[in-house]
Amino acid sequence: MTPLTGYLLLSTGLFAIGLAGVLTRRNAIAVLIGVELMLNAANLNFVAFWRYGAAGDFLTGPTFVLFAIAVAAAEAAVGLALVIAVYRHYRTANVDEVDRLKG
Amino acid sequence: MSVVFGLTALLTLASALAAVMLRNLIHAALALAVTFAGVAAVYLQLGAEFLGFAQVLIYIGAVAILIVFAVLLTRGGEVPVGGVHASRWWVGALVALAVLATVGWATSSMALPRELQTTPPTLAVGRLGEALMGRWVVALQVLGVLLTAALIGAVLLAWRGGAGDGPKTGSEEHS
Repeated sequence: MTPLTGYLLLSTGLFAIGLAGVLTRRNAIAVLIGVELMLNAANLNFVAFWRYGAAGDFLTGPTFVLFAIAVAAAEAAVGLALVIAVYRHYRTANVDEVDRLKG
Repeated sequence: MSVVFGLTALLTLASALAAVMLRNLIHAALALAVTFAGVAAVYLQLGAEFLGFAQVLIYIGAVAILIVFAVLLTRGGEVPVGGVHASRWWVGALVALAVLATVGWATSSMALPRELQTTPPTLAVGRLGEALMGRWVVALQVLGVLLTAALIGAVLLAWRGGAGDGPKTGSEEHS
C-alpha cells in the first residue's frame, strides 16, 4: 500500500462516517457535525494529492483547501444561525419535526 | 506507512465515530474537536504546516466552539426520549457503508500514475500569499464578500425576536 492510498482511505472513512451522521441523526446540530466531517475528508484528499500527486511545483492543492476552509466556516456560521432561528420558532432542533417553511 | 500515521488515522477515525454516535451533543462536539486535531496532525505529516495551523485556528478555535455554543443555545445537550438516531437509522448506515465500500474499493484498486513525487513539495507561506494576491486575487475578493454576507446573514438570522423586526442598536452584547 502506497502512502497516498493510506491517506485516501483515511479520507474515505471520514467521509463515510460523516455521511452516516448526516443520514441517521435527528438533531440538526448533529447533522451539521456530519457535514463538517465530510468537508474535512474532502480537504484531506486535496492535500494528499498535492503531496503525492503528479510531479509539479503548483500550490493549487493548499490554495483550494484554504478557500474550502473559509467557505466551510461561512457555512457553519449560517447553518448554526439557522438552527438557532428554527429552534426559537419550533422549540426543537429535531429535523423530523421541522417540516414547514411557513410559521 | 509509518506508525505515526497509523496512530493518527486511528485516533481521527475513532473520534469521528464518537462524534457521530455519542448521545450527548456536547460530548459529540468535543469528539469533533479531537477529529479536527487529528486532521491537522495529518496535514503536518503531509508537509502542509500552514494548513495544519489554519485548521487548528479555524476548526478547533472557531467552528467547534461555535457548535458548542449552538448546542447550549438550543438545549441540545439533553438527550431526547426518542433517542438521538432516526427510527430507520439502519437505512442511512447501509447507505454510508455502501459508499465506504465503493469508494474504498475504487481507491485501493486505483492505478496510480508512474511519475509520483518522491521529494516532498515545500509549502512556503510567502509563495502562498503571493499566489493569493496575484493569480487568485479575484477569488480572494469574492471570498471576502461571501464571508461578510454570510456573517451578516447569520447575525440577522440568529437575532433575538427573529429576522422580522431587525436588529436594535445598542444591544449587540446580547446577540
